[in-house]
Amino acid sequence: MGILDSKIPSGPLADKWTKHKNDINLVNPANKRNIDIIVVGTGLAGGAAAATLAELGYNVKTFCYQDSPRRAHSIAAQGGINAAKNYQGDGDSNYRLFYDTIKGGDYRSREGNVYRLAEVSGNIIDQCVAQGVPFAREYGGMLDNRSFGGVLVSRTFYAKGQTGQQLLLGAYSAMNRQINRGKIQAFNRHEMMDLVLVDGKARGIIARDLVSGKIERHSAHAVVLATGGYGNVFFLSTNAMGSNVMAAWRAHRKGAFFANPCFTQIHPTCIPVSGDHQSKLTLMSESLRNDGRIWVPKKMEDAIAIREGKKKPTELAEEDRDYYLERRYPAFGNLVPRDVASRAAKERCDAGFGVNKTGEAVFLDFASAIERYGKEKALTSGLKDPDKATITKLGEEVVEAKYGNLFQMYEKIVDQNPYKTPMMIYPAVHYTMGGLWVDYNLQTTIPGCYSAGEANFSDHGANRLGASALMQGLADGYFVLPYTIGDYLSKDIRTGKIPTDSPEFDQAEKQVRERMEKLMSGSGIHSVDYYHKKLGKIMWNKCGMARNEKELKEAIKEISDLRKDFWENVKIPGSIESKNQELEKAGRVADFLELGELFAKDALHRNESCGGHFREEYQTEEGEALRDDENFKYVAAWEYKGEPKDAELHKEDLVYENIELKTRSYK
Amino acid sequence: MKLYLKIWRQKDASTPGRIVDYTLDGVEGDMSFLEMLDILNEELVSKGEEPVEFDHDCREGICGTCSLQINGEPHGPDRLVTTCQLHMRKFNDGDTIVIEPFRATAFPVIKDLIVDRSAFDRIQQAGGYISVNTSGNTIDANAIPINKYDADEAMDAATCIGCGACVAACKNASAMLFTSAKVSQFALLPQGQVEATERVQNMVRQMDLEGFGNCTNTGACEVECPKGISLTNIARMNREYLSATLKG
Repeated sequence: MGILDSKIPSGPLADKWTKHKNDINLVNPANKRNIDIIVVGTGLAGGAAAATLAELGYNVKTFCYQDSPRRAHSIAAQGGINAAKNYQGDGDSNYRLFYDTIKGGDYRSREGNVYRLAEVSGNIIDQCVAQGVPFAREYGGMLDNRSFGGVLVSRTFYAKGQTGQQLLLGAYSAMNRQINRGKIQAFNRHEMMDLVLVDGKARGIIARDLVSGKIERHSAHAVVLATGGYGNVFFLSTNAMGSNVMAAWRAHRKGAFFANPCFTQIHPTCIPVSGDHQSKLTLMSESLRNDGRIWVPKKMEDAIAIREGKKKPTELAEEDRDYYLERRYPAFGNLVPRDVASRAAKERCDAGFGVNKTGEAVFLDFASAIERYGKEKALTSGLKDPDKATITKLGEEVVEAKYGNLFQMYEKIVDQNPYKTPMMIYPAVHYTMGGLWVDYNLQTTIPGCYSAGEANFSDHGANRLGASALMQGLADGYFVLPYTIGDYLSKDIRTGKIPTDSPEFDQAEKQVRERMEKLMSGSGIHSVDYYHKKLGKIMWNKCGMARNEKELKEAIKEISDLRKDFWENVKIPGSIESKNQELEKAGRVADFLELGELFAKDALHRNESCGGHFREEYQTEEGEALRDDENFKYVAAWEYKGEPKDAELHKEDLVYENIELKTRSYK
Repeated sequence: MKLYLKIWRQKDASTPGRIVDYTLDGVEGDMSFLEMLDILNEELVSKGEEPVEFDHDCREGICGTCSLQINGEPHGPDRLVTTCQLHMRKFNDGDTIVIEPFRATAFPVIKDLIVDRSAFDRIQQAGGYISVNTSGNTIDANAIPINKYDADEAMDAATCIGCGACVAACKNASAMLFTSAKVSQFALLPQGQVEATERVQNMVRQMDLEGFGNCTNTGACEVECPKGISLTNIARMNREYLSATLKG
């Protein structure tokens, strides 16, 4: 086992979490009042953890770079949250959710963790309803469900296309209750600049007040990093502009292992890139694949005519359309998992069938759904022999009720009416399964430093299923971390307040100042964005949807050169001691320039294709991913050793006692 | 497109600000308003000048971070969009565009176009929650059926993104639409009933303490709200407030 002990409890799968909760140490209520916890990041995981920890009695300090905890990027999640409630009576169970998640992750996640996630999933819905989250309901007053990719049941709860927003506002309201009680101190517009270790334990952070530029010291008995993913290493992604890897990377540099950085999710349904000015990409929820059918023209001449604007997609007859997902994967059709759907889109576009001017887009078509719903509605409204226009009108109303806000968003961005002409979509970077390595308790390899939500690597293996990110964030935050952290803190009841005037804090603050001064001393002419865009291009072209040995090696060299150039030349106006958005961006991009190289190194070492990681050398004759369980059935956890190229690999072997490893098939 | 920009520049909260003129060429219709500002900033940085600071994050209209008073309107001329989703195709070559921060006593300027909207957080902290522990030990989610119309209306109120456009649009800088959206969400749900009296009283009290103005029913907030939050919510809050006052 070595130093990577996953601490999975023994015993039968379904009993592990209960047994663990019974075995771990507790902190009594009086002692909790003397214990401080820092939570960095206030999204679903961080916000939920902060609220629950404060409710338990700990003194919590939260940090977020946004102006309010309510703005964390969890808010942008659209489609829904999974839970094995089986309200639809369609055969769902904890086991099935567990199985789907392991299979969806292409057998690269831990059984124990994933089962726990499935086990607490139902509780999340109960909790959120009690908090006043307005989930969608049926006419009878019961909760409604929809389906997401990679599963055969309807287990996704939703609040229109704004599920993330509603769940985050729920967590934010729980935080507000604790802020009002004085149990949470919220430091908004603050960024964590470094982690402080005392005697090898995480004991605080150095933060920068982003308004005044002031450097601050904050101590605690434990530090929770719930700072989201690192998708912005690609520059263009569906992440928020400010989403970054800084907190996780600072922890990595202080000893926390970084796991599976190359496991990145490219989401199949995003609005395609329109030009060089593009600053970010917008997701169109996976829920649209419940009703939308994905296609490209069957004939090359039609594809060319559509690209040149000489033909409209609506003019193409049914037999001239290639519904390639339905063709290749009849069992799951348009609802194959994200990695599969993304690669299939790329394959068609690479073959020359792309449908927008850049050749990198496919159609997502609602015409048949509008017709189907229209007929259904006409029938239930008692209309006899309705004409086509009436059916279309009724159908459009149903589709609007389901996806109205998404259609409106699409229309505003693309300037086309998706009710009348098919949407154009293309895959984009969306989520990162990799992250800080954590054990079953969500503790990183640094004692007292925990990581929750997307920031850790834990539950999604090599590919995350839709509507599972919200589930994991809230499970970690509300139900897992508040228990497991108590076990660690039970040894700290006599420690007393951690002083911030120790040599460790002095040293950490000094390093933070020196780093910022170095960034400000660049002598070149290019802005931070210039470097970030260059990094993004390397990542997308060489570490994106398909990777190969040659290009990964090139990427490593190019990123390393770019990093050197950045540190010597990046140009940042303004000063350190005031509000300075360019300096904020520079600090984040500096860390992306290190992470990007480790990402490529990880992708290069993993000589197999699994989930979102597709190596061109390892595929079947039909172009499907070829996994290698004999050699790569492990978590790759990297230890920082200076330059990313020197990072040392540690392997955590994945043990499957309950599930038989199979080739993933959605055919 | 070539544009003439008049942008509010202000070093910090204590320094007076002023409008500065910029000319920007090469703007395309497919760019979002913020991408247009990105290009301006790129030019400024390359000249060694400090870029124009503005709040923004998700750039897909949901986080509520972006603001901007554009030609006198919060989030600009388009309807039902935030600034980040406003596209330059709504403007013409040769246009002059005036860009200012949201203006309200309760939203002091931090720098350039960035304002401090923490007053909104404090209103929520005063009662914008249901006091239920987050331990998961609650009843089953389907134990209390909720009428679909009420649930949908609660959802409509809950879609408020807290951007502050309602305040910036209001001649009184009133925060009634924002506050009433949260009060309404809980007033429409059975879970919200237990604390209804204290909630509306505490939130309204905090709203007044923050220095927001009174509501005179001009309806400007509803027109400018990027999420289409309805004035009905204000009426509902008034009713909640009245009945809370009568209860004592």
